Amino acid sequence: MAKQSLSEKLADISEKTKSSQAWNSIFRPGSIFRKGYSDSPRNRSYVVMNSLIYHLHPVKVKRHAVKVSYTLCLGGLSFFLFILLTVTGIFLMFFYRPTAAQAWDDIYTLQTSVTFGLLVRNMHRWAAHLMVLSVFLHMARVFYHGAYKAPREFNWVIGVILLTLTLLLSFTGYLLPWDQLALWAVTVGTNMMGYTPVFGDQVRFVLLGGVEIGTDTLLRWYVLHVLMLPFVAVIFMAIHFWRVRKDGGISGPL
Amino acid sequence: MAEIPEHLLKRAEEAKARASAEESSEPSSDQSSETKVPEELLDRTKAASDRETVLATQDSGAQVESPPPPPTTAGPAGHTQRLLAVVKSGSIQDVKLKPVDKVHVWPHLLVVEFVAALAVTAFSVVFSIFVNAPLLELANFNQTPNPSKAPWYFLGLQELLTMFHPMVAGVTIPGLALFLLILAPYIDKNPSNKPEDRKFAISLMTIHLMFWAVLVMIGSFFRGPGFNFIFPWADGLFFEL
Repeated sequence: MAKQSLSEKLADISEKTKSSQAWNSIFRPGSIFRKGYSDSPRNRSYVVMNSLIYHLHPVKVKRHAVKVSYTLCLGGLSFFLFILLTVTGIFLMFFYRPTAAQAWDDIYTLQTSVTFGLLVRNMHRWAAHLMVLSVFLHMARVFYHGAYKAPREFNWVIGVILLTLTLLLSFTGYLLPWDQLALWAVTVGTNMMGYTPVFGDQVRFVLLGGVEIGTDTLLRWYVLHVLMLPFVAVIFMAIHFWRVRKDGGISGPL
Repeated sequence: MAEIPEHLLKRAEEAKARASAEESSEPSSDQSSETKVPEELLDRTKAASDRETVLATQDSGAQVESPPPPPTTAGPAGHTQRLLAVVKSGSIQDVKLKPVDKVHVWPHLLVVEFVAALAVTAFSVVFSIFVNAPLLELANFNQTPNPSKAPWYFLGLQELLTMFHPMVAGVTIPGLALFLLILAPYIDKNPSNKPEDRKFAISLMTIHLMFWAVLVMIGSFFRGPGFNFIFPWADGLFFEL
């Protein structure tokens, strides 16, 4: 028997892999990873239908909906920045302890002695500012296209909630480095919230975990920043994306 | 041309053959020997109307109650119905679904999204390589920096603080703005999304956005020590991101 060539061996291995139970249990029937992909309308549908993408997108959308000049990608980019912030944020969590005694030192050590520490912290910071900007611009875009009108009124409400959550996420993160910038920016911000009518002092007390900013505030804002606000934001995002589809896809054309 | 499923065509053909066979074996009141369905139908209605005139004349002559005659044409095994034609949906019914020009999400949308995500990732990596996030000295309660500024997106509010009582600037105005923003779709009842039909809404929103943008910029760049008004090109920048 003639010796198999390398390409024949590779083809054999791929054939065996693709017929294995493990492979077939991972990829659904119709998945392009099962039966290969050749460009045809049917396969274009299968790419979406047989993958996680189906949770976000339908198989087809209106032609104008894919025009970059209409959406400027702002909503999608806000979501992507949220993912980027989650990934970089998880990295930062490995090196950070939210106490007044350790927080600043941890950030300093992260920047000076952790591989890629400085880069990842920079990315987290800039992506956060970028996300505030992109969410804000997304809102302006939606307003100028009249996309908040029936039947999309409620999705606009969810969107404004998401804008507020984005600002809160950014603001709670602002305190965590525990440097002069963080402390005094948050002092200015929370003093303002203390002027809430009737409940002002209580609001401030709950926000600070005490009568003034301290290590309790740091812990409180850390939990809000890494757990509670992202959790709430994800829920509202899920509703937001679901409603985009249920309300008939994105709006327009003008 | 409507596409008629093959099995339905076949069934119709068989039924037709059977019906014509019966017709030829027993002569009926129906005079038509045409095999074409529409012709046959026409003849049948003609025959029915003829019968009615006969009945009417009978009724006028002698008031005899005669039961209506049984259907003249019953199919094999007494069927009173059969497939006449398959009509394409939408040709008779008013289906409200209008055709929409659609494209596949893959590749048209996913490629755009992927490229956009890649571009933003590349931008943030490159930007982060060259510009470091600020890390000032350790927080110190005894040393208030001058000026103390909120994060940039709250600098509009801080700017308002110089003009109004803190409760108005910090709570009432932003609260009202947020509340009105949420209610926008319920206040604006104009159904059109054409810019030329919504001049008022667009003007109002633009003024609103500009109001905040200008306040944020003044707060960011034109406020120095003591939160006093300065020119950034003359007195330097008092702004940290």
